Amino acid sequence: MSPELVTELPRHLLSIADLNHDQALLILDTAEELAKISDAPIKKLPTLRGRTIVNLFYEDSTRTRISFEAAAKRLSADVINFSAKGSSVSKGESLKDTALTLQAMGADAVILRHPESGAANRLAGWTNGVVINAGDGTHEHPTQALLDAFTIRRHLGTVGGDLEGKHIAIVGDVLHSRVARSNVLLLTLLGAKVTLVAPPTLIPVGVESWPVQISYAIDQVLPEVDAVMMLRVQSERMQNSFFPSTREYSRLFGLNLDRMNLLKNEALILHPGPMNRGLEISAECADGVHSVILEQVANGVSVRMAVLYLLLGGNIGVGS
Amino acid sequence: MSTYLIKDVELVNGEKVAIGIADGVIAEISSKPTGSYDKVLDGSGCVALPGLVDLHTHLREPGREDAETVLTGTRAAARGGYTAVFAMANTDPVADTAGVVEQVVRLGREAGWCEVFAVGAVTKDLAGESMAELGAMAHSAAQVRVFSDDGKCVSDSQMMRRALEYVRQFDGVVAQHAQDPKLTVNAQMNEGSVSARLGLRGWPAVAEEGIIARDVLLASHVKSRLHICHVSTAGSVDIIRWAKSRGIDVTAEVTPHHLLLSDELVESYDPKFKVNPPLRSNEDIAALRMGLADGTIDIVATDHAPHPAEDKECEWAGAANGMIGLETALSVVQKTMVDTGLLNWSQVAGRMSITPAIIGRAKGQGVALAVGAPANICIYDPNQSQVVVAAEQISKSKNTPFVGMDLPGQVRHVFFQGKPTMISTQMVAR
Repeated sequence: MSPELVTELPRHLLSIADLNHDQALLILDTAEELAKISDAPIKKLPTLRGRTIVNLFYEDSTRTRISFEAAAKRLSADVINFSAKGSSVSKGESLKDTALTLQAMGADAVILRHPESGAANRLAGWTNGVVINAGDGTHEHPTQALLDAFTIRRHLGTVGGDLEGKHIAIVGDVLHSRVARSNVLLLTLLGAKVTLVAPPTLIPVGVESWPVQISYAIDQVLPEVDAVMMLRVQSERMQNSFFPSTREYSRLFGLNLDRMNLLKNEALILHPGPMNRGLEISAECADGVHSVILEQVANGVSVRMAVLYLLLGGNIGVGS
Repeated sequence: MSTYLIKDVELVNGEKVAIGIADGVIAEISSKPTGSYDKVLDGSGCVALPGLVDLHTHLREPGREDAETVLTGTRAAARGGYTAVFAMANTDPVADTAGVVEQVVRLGREAGWCEVFAVGAVTKDLAGESMAELGAMAHSAAQVRVFSDDGKCVSDSQMMRRALEYVRQFDGVVAQHAQDPKLTVNAQMNEGSVSARLGLRGWPAVAEEGIIARDVLLASHVKSRLHICHVSTAGSVDIIRWAKSRGIDVTAEVTPHHLLLSDELVESYDPKFKVNPPLRSNEDIAALRMGLADGTIDIVATDHAPHPAEDKECEWAGAANGMIGLETALSVVQKTMVDTGLLNWSQVAGRMSITPAIIGRAKGQGVALAVGAPANICIYDPNQSQVVVAAEQISKSKNTPFVGMDLPGQVRHVFFQGKPTMISTQMVAR
């Protein structure tokens, strides 16, 4: 955590594509250091004292907001939660005006969750502060991928190392998943092999350009992988004929006890939450020995502390 | 009316001449002019084109005068070298009655910057459900010959068939905005590797190609004239090429932005690149250029679509579709088609003036420069170049996608019905 390294990070965290291999590892390694704080009796560092961080959430996501809020507070930052309903797509104050307002109030960083892809990229063009993408539409959710990689590395890798040679399956609604997009970029950046498993309707046209393998047969993939990441499937996709019924989806692509038994002993089950128990994942799998789903939540705070620390720590004066 | 002599200008065949203008017509074209003229203009280094004709312009009036008016839009057209524009029907109220089309044409005449032809809606309120009074518009003072629901597709097959048949009685043409609505619900950009990465909902090429394939077969069946607006995909070019080889009476246009810009620009999420149909792949761009070069695509039309700043200063999904293009069209065509050796200036005159006037039945427009022809003239200097600055666009809206790009060429003088609208790159006060 030397100061020279701090300045290497990009100004904003909008996409995993903004990071190179070393920068991604720097975040994970920093998160390991900061995780020790979470285990200490006094869970607080003075690093960001006097800095103002805004949680700007255009979508309900209590878990992500609380995770960022806890991360910011453990670094002694002042946190403002701003829940904006709707976006300029559904009228109301424009994102640009909100950005300018927050800047005028002296926000050093804005953590943005937004229903439209690219909203964080737009925000970064309108504000002097640091922008952290906490999920934009069906585009990306970089800190989720970082916490997933962090969790996988803790179990399967070595501290300071990457995920070279590991094989990870991402199962479910890849088409609409920002978690999948960020994870494909990050896991492959860290050297892992990624297989996407989904019905063809939920895999985007153009996926040929991604550095992944595609499978429609989860039973063939599960014995091969070191970790399987189940994506949330929204039942309303059924209305648009992405699949005929939730029952059929569950039968063909859901993770259940029989399928869990196909996994290697040390293989991990991840889920970004919130889960649809009984749809994409059964209770036995969510709560079983392979599951690291609750660890993901805990690790989320450490990883977000690392991101805030690295993006804001070395940037005194931003937003002033 | 003052008389003018444009000296040392090249015709499209390379011949260096002087062009004399008097009483609204071309009085002489000669290497040794004999007439006497009030004013002499320098045409050195320039090529003389017949005044450009845009078959696809959104002037926004009536209804969205905050984006553009007939006055501001036609002034922008004049600056781009145009002497005629076809005003699209998707105004508010929609140009689906004789009253609205006559109003638009009258406003154009009063503005005086170029001739305005009105496009009539095919269906009432562009709703696709019942036919607008096409005959009333055709027989009105506006003399409408081009009908289009542009912005929306006439997606109902029976409605499209009836419209194609019906307009034949007054030599009309249906200009189709080819977009299968069911395949493009909430579509945001070209569907392909870039949309997959950006998480923006895809607008697949097949949604355009499927409609074009259906419509050329319909046009063949009822033996009517069909025009395809803003062709954007390689597959569409192939289908139109096939239709023409079968003798089907179809014409097609391509926009300047589809000739130059690809969907990779969407990576910025900047809605100045948001347009419908969307920017496509580099393979599509190459096919469009080849199609325009070999005549499969007949003309260049701008789809000039002004939007106020607030409609673009937002998230991608919330932004309006459209780009302005009148002031940069000729430069983009030079960059993509002339400087690449795909077209010569004679062919440019065909694709940007003569043929669009024929498709739109625009009498007195698109006439090759000749003694006695109406003095609708664009004098263009291909040797200049300029960086596009949004604030310098004289359209009321500034949503040009070419901002910051170095484009070749500059329109130097423009004459509309014998009167200058631009002299020495400056708009003529009126």
